[in-house]
Amino acid sequence: MMSKLDAKIPDGPLADKWTNHKAKLRLVNPANRRKLDIIVVGTGLAGASAASTLGELGYNVKVFCYQDSPRRAHSVAAQGGINAAKNYKNDNDSVYRLFYDMLKGGDFRAREANVYRAAEVSNLVIDHYTALGVPFARDYGGLIENRSFGGVQVSRTFYAKGQTGQQCLIGAYSALSRQIDKGTVTMYPRREMMDLVVIDGKARGIIARNLVTGEIERHSAHAVVLATGGYGTIYYLSTLALNSNGSAAWRAHKRGALFANPSFVQIHPTSIPVLNDHQCKLTLMSESLRNDGRVWVPKKKGDTRKPNEIPEEERDYYLERRYPAFGNLVPRDVASRAAKERCDAGYGVGPTGLSVYLDFRDAIQKKGRKYIEDSYGNLFEMYEKITGESPYEVPMRIYPAGHYTMGGLWVDYNLMTTIPGLYAIGEANFSDHGANRLGASSLMQTSGDGYFILPYTISDYLADDIRTPKIPTNTPEFDAAEKEVKERIDRLMSINGTETATSFHKRLGKIMWDYCGMVRNEEGLKKALGLLDELKEEFWKNLKVPDTANEMNQELEKANRIADFLELGKLLVYDALNRRESCGAHFREESQTETGEAKRDDQNFAYVAAWEFAGDGNEPILHKEELKFEYVKLQERSYK
Amino acid sequence: MKVKLKIWRQKDSRSKGKFEIYELDNVAPDMSFLEMLDALNQKLIKEGKSPVAFDHDCREGICGSCGIYINGRPHGNDHRTTTCELRLRRFKDGETITIEPWRAAAFPVVKDLVVDRSAFDKIIQAGGYISVNAGAAQDANAIPVPKHNADVAFDTASCIGCGACVAACKNASAMLFVAAKITHLAQFPQGRVEAPERVKRMVAKMDELGFGSCTNTRACEAECPKGISISTIAKLNREFISAKLKD
Repeated sequence: MMSKLDAKIPDGPLADKWTNHKAKLRLVNPANRRKLDIIVVGTGLAGASAASTLGELGYNVKVFCYQDSPRRAHSVAAQGGINAAKNYKNDNDSVYRLFYDMLKGGDFRAREANVYRAAEVSNLVIDHYTALGVPFARDYGGLIENRSFGGVQVSRTFYAKGQTGQQCLIGAYSALSRQIDKGTVTMYPRREMMDLVVIDGKARGIIARNLVTGEIERHSAHAVVLATGGYGTIYYLSTLALNSNGSAAWRAHKRGALFANPSFVQIHPTSIPVLNDHQCKLTLMSESLRNDGRVWVPKKKGDTRKPNEIPEEERDYYLERRYPAFGNLVPRDVASRAAKERCDAGYGVGPTGLSVYLDFRDAIQKKGRKYIEDSYGNLFEMYEKITGESPYEVPMRIYPAGHYTMGGLWVDYNLMTTIPGLYAIGEANFSDHGANRLGASSLMQTSGDGYFILPYTISDYLADDIRTPKIPTNTPEFDAAEKEVKERIDRLMSINGTETATSFHKRLGKIMWDYCGMVRNEEGLKKALGLLDELKEEFWKNLKVPDTANEMNQELEKANRIADFLELGKLLVYDALNRRESCGAHFREESQTETGEAKRDDQNFAYVAAWEFAGDGNEPILHKEELKFEYVKLQERSYK
Repeated sequence: MKVKLKIWRQKDSRSKGKFEIYELDNVAPDMSFLEMLDALNQKLIKEGKSPVAFDHDCREGICGSCGIYINGRPHGNDHRTTTCELRLRRFKDGETITIEPWRAAAFPVVKDLVVDRSAFDKIIQAGGYISVNAGAAQDANAIPVPKHNADVAFDTASCIGCGACVAACKNASAMLFVAAKITHLAQFPQGRVEAPERVKRMVAKMDELGFGSCTNTRACEAECPKGISISTIAKLNREFISAKLKD
């Protein structure tokens, strides 16, 4: 069974692996590229960069997104920045340091070779975005500005105020638009991938639903690339776009792709806290705010005074107190747990007691309001619109929220899943972030995957396919997949119960957050398995989907996604149960140090847990990919 | 809080639409406008009625999916606010709120409050980019860009493509959208090479798709949730004339 997991990591010194590997990857000649079809699902930074680059190379690309325009993918909402190892600040940054910070930030649960490569191509990513017209912040000399970002001691983060994601996505989208204009890329907006079609063991197409007409479509290709983002909305309240979902990855999993480390979900420390029961999402406040904001709670339990009335000596700057070396810039998991710890101990602030202060008073005094406005103006505006309070006047209130998923489809060094011809890039794969994502490394990884890695590795696979004619869509495999999709939709439409998809989603989210969220234990996880089974059963008996399947039906879209989330949720719980150690964002109560920090167990858990689907209702099968650390020494993460 | 909602209902692009009136109790001032529509939809579904379709996604003011005419204004009354960021505390208890889709020939209604804004994508495809292949760029700092230009580029690139400018304009003009893009790309040495071709192609495409012309009423600027200035339209006109003169 281990043979399923050949990561294909090249031999040789770490710094030479990608260079040597690239030299050996086979090419497809330009005349043959035109004859090869590639499907890309998703148009975020990973999907748009991959689709535009593959189009540029001359492949025949079809790209799909559920939004009305590729420009709206959720990468658009990333705020703080994108890393690169340019050493523009001469603060002794390097590819190695970026690699090291990512590995350490990920609590040594990522692959050395992949992470090193992500750091290596980061500089190309910045060059490309700049050439595309992404307006990174500049100094008066006209050169690019950099800032430091959570968990690191160098200034390597490129940014465009608090809109870095939007600006990069607009760049990637414009490059994609150029290819659409040229005709190398065909765009299919308002489409949702419903299933993967596997022929003779290879990924050869997808079944999609046209979200305007309800029509079920067949699309074939020589290879399929999933760039479908993360599944953080499984918690219902999360920082993700409302329609972000795990369905494409889950369907691929059910067709044979292994799913790796599903329970590694990053909890982001700086989200606007829950304000009311109707709330549908949590809005992220960029982590870059912690460069200048100081996190604190009152020293007195249940202190109900207004924050500005609490004198300096009665404030507990708990991050600075507990982690003097990094202070407010500790990594996300550490900051998140520390906030939860204070709130659980009764020191939380705000009407619910579930928030802490992020205070800019000192920074405004020291650096001036203008500086704060320039750096974070749009974030402050956003906060004020939502809460009705100005962070220039009173400290922000923040609390952790489900955010980025480090788990995803298992891929080898070539970014190929365990289904030949099926690739997963960006947040949809698992390989680069370990148990916790380093701030500002997601835009870097997703773009690197799409621009500079996948286009090379996929050609090696396609080199065998140059004689394969266009894949027909009238095969038994397409028939069967389409039939399954239609039957499932019919089934959802005909339950005719009394509860809406949203109500099931809320209940699912609560189970996941309570038992498989920031803190987990064996008892809770076992309980969650039963609760998820019950909820799934009720879903298929008591769901109500209005209207018909042959029109725009947003409730049907939701129902389809929740049906998958109910199954994926169980996989998260199995994964969390298996991992009897704390690491990164994943905190097992049974495994902590005397001071309450996460305690990793390298002896027993230095592996990637890759799960195989074993049929509906059966326990998934665990495969282990051992993580070998040749270039870094596994050490306890300490930010003290 | 209670609200009375007068909402445009239209089954699909071929059907005729009409207003329907719904009442909703127990809404909270903290709720966002779209959370209020979510609540309405939950109620409608339970009553066996058809929920209201509307576009939305990030719900934090950045993806540009949302866009609804609220009491006669795109994204409602608040300055520089998207529909998803709008809060019910901005409305009075018992108020009747009129909710309509964007109205523009180039944005046909798909269903209820959902419109087809793919015309914007077609305008971008007609030249709203810098032609550079991945991996072909020199070091990012090889071409310095004055801070002022980078800041102007940022301000104009912050357009989210929601279409409020078109909806607000009596001519349903896409000038502000196109001008923002033209201004953004014109700030960079990399973007100058194609500038004459870009502006001619984008303007031609805009006209072809049925967007009207600008008559300087400034409604677009007033309604833009990202505060994009109509000074960009002056820039667009300059770029366009100078490109035409070179012909």
